[in-house]
Amino acid sequence: MIEGILIGLDTALSLKNLMMVMIGCFSGTIIGMLPGLGPMTAIALMIPITYGFDPATGLILMAGVYYGAVFGGSTSSILINAPGVPGTVATSFDGYPMAQQGKAGKALAIAAYSSFAGGTISAIFLLIAAPSLSLVSLSFRSPDYFGLMILGLTAVAAFSSKGNFLKAMMMVVLGLMLASVGQDTLSDIPRFTFNNMNLSDGISFVLVVMATFAMSEALTIIFKANDPTRAAKQVSLSQLGSIKLDKVETKKMLTTIPRSSVLGFIIGVLPGAGATIASFLAYGMERNFVNDEEKQKFGKGSVNGIAAPETANNAACSGSFVPLLTLGIPGSGTTAVMLGALLGFGIQPGPRLYQTNPEIFWSVIMSMYIGMVVLLILNLPLIPYIARVLATPRTFLIPLILFFSVTGVYLMSFNNFDIYMMIGIAVVATILRLYDFPMPPLILAFVLGGLMEENLRRSLLLSDGSWTFLWDRPLTLIIMLTILFIVGWQIYKSFLKK
Amino acid sequence: MNISPSKLISLLFFIFSGFFLYTAHQIEVFAFDEGAAFNAKTFPIYLGYAGLVFSALFIILPETNPTNVDLKVLDYKKTVGLVILMILYGITILRAGYFLSTSIFLVLSYIVLGERKWIWIFLLSFPFVAIFMYLLHGLLNIYLRDPFLKFIGIMG
Repeated sequence: MIEGILIGLDTALSLKNLMMVMIGCFSGTIIGMLPGLGPMTAIALMIPITYGFDPATGLILMAGVYYGAVFGGSTSSILINAPGVPGTVATSFDGYPMAQQGKAGKALAIAAYSSFAGGTISAIFLLIAAPSLSLVSLSFRSPDYFGLMILGLTAVAAFSSKGNFLKAMMMVVLGLMLASVGQDTLSDIPRFTFNNMNLSDGISFVLVVMATFAMSEALTIIFKANDPTRAAKQVSLSQLGSIKLDKVETKKMLTTIPRSSVLGFIIGVLPGAGATIASFLAYGMERNFVNDEEKQKFGKGSVNGIAAPETANNAACSGSFVPLLTLGIPGSGTTAVMLGALLGFGIQPGPRLYQTNPEIFWSVIMSMYIGMVVLLILNLPLIPYIARVLATPRTFLIPLILFFSVTGVYLMSFNNFDIYMMIGIAVVATILRLYDFPMPPLILAFVLGGLMEENLRRSLLLSDGSWTFLWDRPLTLIIMLTILFIVGWQIYKSFLKK
Repeated sequence: MNISPSKLISLLFFIFSGFFLYTAHQIEVFAFDEGAAFNAKTFPIYLGYAGLVFSALFIILPETNPTNVDLKVLDYKKTVGLVILMILYGITILRAGYFLSTSIFLVLSYIVLGERKWIWIFLLSFPFVAIFMYLLHGLLNIYLRDPFLKFIGIMG
């Protein structure tokens, strides 16, 4: 492991990669800060650029963007009560009231220190957990992988559906359908191409991500521009107050951070749960842990109320890398986008990544530490200036997002057909979003579609066409029972509310 | 009878899944693969059925969390305007070249969205695209086909 850490450090500390971490954190912060644009959009916009680099550098850039976007999201939560990402909604509960009291700088500093601590502690957990899990996952077979993929999709659908599990499951199926367009990987037989040559290679991952996130996000913002419920209230962006914390505040943070880090990391590892659930759970847990006097301050600008969700959402980010790096199965929409990008580089994450590409495996982990430091020393002092991005008029912002989206797809293929298809998918995605059909399950399914079919193919061929492979091994059986429980419970809930 | 928009979308998805299933059955596999445990159409067929099941369940079961959208507050004009501009951008990008089509797309998009600060409109279009192109083409070595710039002799 020491050798791996040194390899990782060597790669991550190269001048080019250090630059990428800084650029990633900085641009991620800016994009994540803009209400409505989250880490997935930020990473999606970066993908075409990463293809110009080697895989380790590309992934380091994306990891930096991811952390930056989560940090940026908390800034808009605190300053304008408009969380840039769902994972920072809980931060606004106390962050915005504190900002209204003229202590925006302090709220931002608490968020930054907590993010740093949460990210760093969980990166240590990742360092320990990932190699061990990699070794365990080597014993996984095709039926287990097939089961795990269904479990991941079901869990993401259950968590991201805002109570509409069936809507999310429809999106899962739609994502898998889109992934099955193009030539069959084994027999090269064209499927759903309708004799169109442009579809024979399938639909590009970048195209689907850009269309369903960046482009449809931009169209949704314009579509709902007059919606009074979306209007953001503004705190003064020029006078944020001091960023220094006193002893009492520091002491409060020191008790909150360890427990929220552990909780955030565990939630992050679970497929589908992610930063949003981690931050809400940490907020709730913290409220139960503090004394009655402190409890009264929750919702009115509590230090613990900001530190807990901020620590947990960053810890969950690191946690979500565990299933990606060790099993090759992303646990969230954001890591699904990263998996897609890795596959684009010709790298298959999974248990063997640890052995075949140790420089990627370790450099990503090492770059997380560096990313945290960058966020703290670069972004915190720059916050008063970066915060002005929030004042960027939508009239400029939206066309620029559309321009980056079209350019991203154009650079991949130099083909107008892809641009038209992207616009078509974006329009459909905008309508679907309007009625709360979630997009992360679609992306996750699209990325996992090929792998899922491959593992099902192997499982069915090995069992001579029999579906008994689903319960032959205890591990597969446990996974399948968990899936049945999630699906059954979600459908039962629909009946309960009748 | 009133049908909610979400149920209407599910109904459309049900029809789409039916079409997907039909098309999956039409996939021509090799003769020796026809009776195999798994062939090119196996997975799509399962997907078709899954789509039918989930959409049917959504249509049949009561909506637990209905989404209410006030259609009157939505800005159709600007959204449709942007979509049309993107289509035109797609049409012109190969013919007029990246620089010209992108710059014009940006200018028109700013105007469609109601922006009237002309200096910023100019700065964030032609010079911005030129710098972006330099970054891609000059620094990252990403080739950008541009007949217009080639014609005026700026790009090789």
